[in-house]
Amino acid sequence: MQVSMTVNGDKVTREIEPRVLLVHFIRENLGLTGTHWGCDTSNCGTCVVLMDGQPVKSCTVLAAMADGHDIRTVEGLAVGGTLDPVQQGFMEEHGLQCGFCTPGMMLTARALLDRNPHPDDAEIRQAISGQICRCTGYATIVRSVQWAAAHPLGAQAEGDAAGAEESTSEEVTA
Amino acid sequence: MTTVQEHAPNPAAGDPGRPIGFGRLQRKEDPRFVRGKGNYLDDIVLPGMLHGAILRAPVAHARLVSIDTTEALAHPKVLAVITGKDLQALNLAWAPTLSADVQAVLVTDKVRFQGQEVAFVVAEDRYAARDALELIDVEYDMLPPVIDARRALDPGAPVIRDDIEGRTDNRIFDWEIGDAAETEAVFAAADVVVAQEVVYPRVHPAPMETCGAVADFDPVDGRLTLYETTQAPHAHRTLYAIVAGIPEHKIRIASPDIGGGFGNKVGIYPGYVLAVVGSIVTGKPVKWVEDRSENLMSTSFARDYIMQGEIAATKDGKILAVRTSVLADHGAFNATAQPTKTPAGFFSIFTGSYDLKAAYCKVTGVYTNKAPGGVAYACSFRVTEAVYLVERMVDILARKLEMDPAELRLKNFIKPEQFPYANKTGWVYDSGNYEPAMRLSMKMAGYEDLRREQLEKRERGELMGIGVSFFTETVGAGPRKHFDIVGLGMADGAELRVHPTGKAVVRISVQSQGQGHETTFAQIVAEELGIPPESIDVVHGDTDQTPFGLGTYGSRSTPVSGGAVALVARKVRDKARFIAAAMLETRPEDLEWEKGRWFVKGDPSAGKTIAEIAFGAHGTVALPEGIDGNLDAEVTYDPPNLTFPFGAYICVVDVDAGTGHVKVRRFIAVDDCGTRINPMIIEGQVHGGLTDGVGMALMEIIAFDEEGNCLSGSFMDYLIPTAMEVPDWETGFTVTPSPHHPIGAKGIGESATVGSPPAIVNAIVDALMPYGVTHMDMPCTPARVWEAMQGRARPPV
Repeated sequence: MQVSMTVNGDKVTREIEPRVLLVHFIRENLGLTGTHWGCDTSNCGTCVVLMDGQPVKSCTVLAAMADGHDIRTVEGLAVGGTLDPVQQGFMEEHGLQCGFCTPGMMLTARALLDRNPHPDDAEIRQAISGQICRCTGYATIVRSVQWAAAHPLGAQAEGDAAGAEESTSEEVTA
Repeated sequence: MTTVQEHAPNPAAGDPGRPIGFGRLQRKEDPRFVRGKGNYLDDIVLPGMLHGAILRAPVAHARLVSIDTTEALAHPKVLAVITGKDLQALNLAWAPTLSADVQAVLVTDKVRFQGQEVAFVVAEDRYAARDALELIDVEYDMLPPVIDARRALDPGAPVIRDDIEGRTDNRIFDWEIGDAAETEAVFAAADVVVAQEVVYPRVHPAPMETCGAVADFDPVDGRLTLYETTQAPHAHRTLYAIVAGIPEHKIRIASPDIGGGFGNKVGIYPGYVLAVVGSIVTGKPVKWVEDRSENLMSTSFARDYIMQGEIAATKDGKILAVRTSVLADHGAFNATAQPTKTPAGFFSIFTGSYDLKAAYCKVTGVYTNKAPGGVAYACSFRVTEAVYLVERMVDILARKLEMDPAELRLKNFIKPEQFPYANKTGWVYDSGNYEPAMRLSMKMAGYEDLRREQLEKRERGELMGIGVSFFTETVGAGPRKHFDIVGLGMADGAELRVHPTGKAVVRISVQSQGQGHETTFAQIVAEELGIPPESIDVVHGDTDQTPFGLGTYGSRSTPVSGGAVALVARKVRDKARFIAAAMLETRPEDLEWEKGRWFVKGDPSAGKTIAEIAFGAHGTVALPEGIDGNLDAEVTYDPPNLTFPFGAYICVVDVDAGTGHVKVRRFIAVDDCGTRINPMIIEGQVHGGLTDGVGMALMEIIAFDEEGNCLSGSFMDYLIPTAMEVPDWETGFTVTPSPHHPIGAKGIGESATVGSPPAIVNAIVDALMPYGVTHMDMPCTPARVWEAMQGRARPPV
């Protein structure tokens, strides 16, 4: 069957088997490998993409169901070569380690900030609660999203020297 | 900010924490990851690549009667179906494990665990490969399984490994350490002895990326390129050379970006071997990536230790001895990924952080009809089990003596002046200063206030618990004379090249799975050579590009490879001195080093930077005899001892008396990993490990029913903490450098995974004190906690 959708602003049309999952369509038919796959059962959220601005788990969406919709993947986060504040925040606050869950986490964060520009920590945790990170323990992800909320235009736009800002980490020593 | 430094750092180490090389630095790997430009195994696409899928056994123990592959082979998109019989013809049906056993690549005689590999399909795409699995017809003759390790040695128990000639039972090994008689004498004379069975259930590392491989065998020159999710590419290459008979120089193992490992990606799995066979058979590249159920059901699990613990003390709380006997469930094949000569890994560190008069343990390893593995999930080769045992026993002793658990620990710590400390099971702890770490954690927690709050809550019938744990790890194996994997000594190499313009590349033998090696190792070179980290590339993961070494696991990257990188940089610095002398027309001994340049003593303006020296080395300067025209060096670092990171953890929980639900309210972690290279990365490693601890303590278990069906084969059943189950971590640190490590670093990768489960369980048991609960086994799910409150605490299934 034929499916057409908008992916990161580009209109794409492909001939596919009806059973093809959206995650495989994105990765294999479109070659956008920033979207990952992790569990088959909608538990881990490494496959999250935005469909019409809402986070969906692309391992549980058929490509056919995305026909006519607007899809945004991690490759579409940066605009005109400028990183989204969420991407900057993840680098600033060490919101990633292995990087495998990161695209899904960042897209969920982007959707959250689009509807709630100033979330509290509990709202951020709630937003990412359908996604698993095995590396970070989530606190730095929460800080990363808060960084993005505090810098809606990103670091460069505001003249911040990237990395020079004091970390929100509060490690204690004797 | 001050740091506790009772032990002077190695003078050559510079000043730990000084932000030139060391210090908080954004990660060099992040720009590609945040753009979705990482290159993970499943992202690799080669021209003409085919896809493999594995048919797995639906039962735990059964004789294989027949396999009919006719229909699968007739599928229009299927190119090959490989069975055990095919592998037998190639002498590849069985492969050696990392623990001197063998493991079936595909079943030839009988199935030994549910999920075992039975056949391999190679097809044009991944959907077709899966379809074809449905078309394979297998007949099994069911056998009674051995699921409960406690029954594995019963007379008449089915013999699982009848493939091994002469084997009549399921015993893999008996291993003991410590002085049994001396320990018995101390126990016999002690005022107080407490005993408790402590079970560390089977769990799974479950990295977000599952395991996989892309094999590309070139039949013309006999060369195998194997992309693999591996934490140990060099060890794998050597083993493939031995197993498959492909000459080692014709094998390239390339480990791309790894989506988390945690020990899951150390072993060689049948799927990897099958991808290779598939490529040889079809003449095309073959990709195999396991699904989540395959990952949870067949690849390396962790723990599964049933420990009988005993602790002896005087009535005023001086701990005298610890003794334990352990039943270790290794599954159907002994495939633990650990030093080959230590069948229980480094479990013998169960003496903990305490000055004991005696210690003894005996470990019996048994086969069961479950998946093989056992050493994984950030366990530091079973330090996890050891720390859990001793820290539970110390808490149980504190309850018996009616002492505060923090005070009991403080009373028994090895004292700073006792280091290096030789314990009773053969370890020499390199350095430690335990009391300041314990005191800092108590201060951060507001320990006295918490205890007051707990008393008030108890009067109101509310269940609040405060748990303490103090751990000492032993990580960073070698030395190679003591530790090897199938004969390969546990050392690591590093090669450093400074290019003519002063930019550098360092090649290392360990492989990151998210730990930030590209940043940390660049910072070590930066610290030693005084060139900025952004001018240093770190190459890792590809056996064609890197020197030999044993890889990343057991928290050994910084202790071993970090040592190699520091030493190779010093070798370059030493060489630079000779070249600088030639350039300055002076003698090397007249030069003095400051970060980044050699200059003439007494005339600081006359000097050469590393970049200038590099250009000189490759330029036209007449070089002294014996100095060749480059600024390169290589080393293999064989550590003289392991390192012994430690930490003090305090957990605060609230338990719902009506449901048994546990809420981790606060978690305070004070870690001492010696010299700190990048505090941001260290903090991240700690956070991740603490989350593992919450998972294991509250949620995670690989469970089986009586027939050996795995009950935890998906993330719907194997529960992992989300952001909702964990608190905002409170971290602190002290700094006690390792005296023997080139930069004083000890490693941090597994500390929190090791140290946090006992703190959490101790907190839960503390909360349940009003119910008379003195122990409960993990996972502390609401149902199990509630049962414990009713006096029916039981070991996990």
